[in-house]
Amino acid sequence: MKYIDEYRDAGQSRAIAEEIRRRTTRPHTIMEICGGQTHSIVRFGVDTFLPEEITLVHGPGCPVCVTPIEQIDRAIAIASRPGVIFTSFGDMLRVPGSETDLLSVRAAGGDVRIVYSPLDAVRIARENPERETVFFAVGFETTAPANAMAVFQARELGLRNFTVLVSHVLVPPAIETILSSPGNRVEGFLAAGHVCAVMGTEEYVPIAKKHRVPIVVTGFEPLDIFQGILLVVRQLEEGRAEVENAYARTARDEGNAAARALIARVFRVTDRKWRGIGSIPRSGLGLAEEFAGFDAETRFDVASQTAEESPICISGLILQGVKKPPECPAFGTVCVPEHPLGATMVSSEGACAAYYRYRRT
Amino acid sequence: MKSESDFRLSCPIPIEEYPRVLLAHGGGGRLMGRLIEKIFLAAFRDSELDRRHDSAVLPWDRGRIALTTDSYVVHPLFFPGGDIGSLAVHGTVNDLAMSGARPLYLTAGYILEEGLPMETLWRAARSMGDAARASGVRVVAGDTKVVERGKGDGIFINTAGVGFLETDRLIGPESIRAGDAVLLSGDVGRHGMAILAVREGLEFESAITSDSAPVADPVLALLREGIDVRCLRDLTRGGLASALNEIAVSSSLGIRIDESLVPVREDVDAACAILGLDPLYVANEGRFIAFVCEAEADRTLAILRSYPVSAGACRIGETIGETPGVVSLRSRIGATRILDLLSGEQLPRIC
Repeated sequence: MKYIDEYRDAGQSRAIAEEIRRRTTRPHTIMEICGGQTHSIVRFGVDTFLPEEITLVHGPGCPVCVTPIEQIDRAIAIASRPGVIFTSFGDMLRVPGSETDLLSVRAAGGDVRIVYSPLDAVRIARENPERETVFFAVGFETTAPANAMAVFQARELGLRNFTVLVSHVLVPPAIETILSSPGNRVEGFLAAGHVCAVMGTEEYVPIAKKHRVPIVVTGFEPLDIFQGILLVVRQLEEGRAEVENAYARTARDEGNAAARALIARVFRVTDRKWRGIGSIPRSGLGLAEEFAGFDAETRFDVASQTAEESPICISGLILQGVKKPPECPAFGTVCVPEHPLGATMVSSEGACAAYYRYRRT
Repeated sequence: MKSESDFRLSCPIPIEEYPRVLLAHGGGGRLMGRLIEKIFLAAFRDSELDRRHDSAVLPWDRGRIALTTDSYVVHPLFFPGGDIGSLAVHGTVNDLAMSGARPLYLTAGYILEEGLPMETLWRAARSMGDAARASGVRVVAGDTKVVERGKGDGIFINTAGVGFLETDRLIGPESIRAGDAVLLSGDVGRHGMAILAVREGLEFESAITSDSAPVADPVLALLREGIDVRCLRDLTRGGLASALNEIAVSSSLGIRIDESLVPVREDVDAACAILGLDPLYVANEGRFIAFVCEAEADRTLAILRSYPVSAGACRIGETIGETPGVVSLRSRIGATRILDLLSGEQLPRIC
């Protein structure tokens, strides 16, 4: 496939891996932020080509994994109501809430539909004026522009039967939290290329400076990831801590101005709870005052719901890169993709699911 | 190719009479008789079916038979490259072929939803008749039921198939030995992506066409040429990855394949990338894998490639004595990982 195969080339991958090996003189711990990168690393076996000194730890950049359990429970409560059409991206359907998941709600008669774009949810709302259509607006800065556009269009169309259940999170505050935690061992980051394609790179400059960490904007194919790692290693070896862009074919330093403007208009920055990590100040997006009428939490009065996590699951430590999936006593025994205890076992971008799928035995 | 039943392209039950299927069409009375005669007998055209007795009575030349059944609930009913009628033939004759049997007879059980346009039923039945004739099988018995509106999805079809075993070999996982070659009959992922693209209204530059097709001809050719075929498996639900896993477990052998050797068409690969799906897990309806001893691998490929339906046959890996039950895959950049079974259906990723 054009623009994909070039970045899966075995010969070039090995050449960069060799260059990384040559440049590495001491141990380095590097975190890839995005779950899409984790998936690629494990799927293609990128880490197996790296020198022993380099440890990759997997970051919190999986929207399915970090959406808090009470938000899943709220989705389930709304989707279970008669007359509601609940729309969501596919991989949210299997995420366990406290008692059940959205797939089971569908089996029990709830109208739960997978959509590929939030604009499809707007269309469903238009086609079903007598019913309430709710869209589960989750994700990082990558899905925020399309989700914002859905709300914006719904207002332009005067739709009164469309709302969104928002659980948006932002990458830079998560990086700050990881770097500020006392047990942190991450010395450099592969930033999420698609997040930067929307937001640009400027937010990362003060973080790199303050914490003296290299941050390299990185893509998702094996060659992208090798290249990102090489740039981080070079910085670490040379004692530099800068923001570099290894994904310039997609991400520009200024990001996408139109997308940023729309996000800024429809959403506002709020505190957010991250599943497994806890509340992080100013780490998420909620609807701006102007669009508050589209908030499903208010429409369906589910904001006060609370929930308990499984006490065994260590997904919080995994999402912060403190532990790896096989270190969890439940991994592959009581916690498997068919019966996940935590969200990191659900999505293919979750570190536990990726390890389970590609690394067992 | 001109279809044999082109003599009657339009629905033989006049629109003004019954434009839609009624519950009464399943009631056993005159209406049902008329539906069977005008639609099914006309579409399948078989002397045994024309007898309209309670069961088909067929000749029997001793030896071994293969018997299988499958139900078809595909939505949409019509998709690029096929429809529920042709699929109901291909799926079942391919299951027979996987045992080394020559498909001979099919039954056709139709469950219709009240309100189904008669024209739609005619198109599906006609396509099933055409597919059966093209696959060399006869539809010799059938059944029709009509369920209330909302209790079905237009048309469901069940077919049972009977085939005659053309070999004394036991074709199955138990016959596979360590060191056998794993051959694949062509590119993977087309059927599932063709369906998904229509269902989700995804528009690509060119429509992805299902690979739905009968594969008995190349399989019977292998047997005729004396190839020691150890095991065959068609790659339907769950795709290549699931078939390999099932076989690894039932044969108690390990299977090693090379990702870069598995052909995936560019449009299928791109659609999968957009939706976050892995083509190795996507369904096919005209593809199979063959396990043969290493020494016969090249000859097998040459035979397979001489048939259009398996012209893209290639070698993708081998069986090994170590790691019984595990399928391992050499990634495109040369690392090895497990190719696991999925826990449920593939769900599209968020980003």
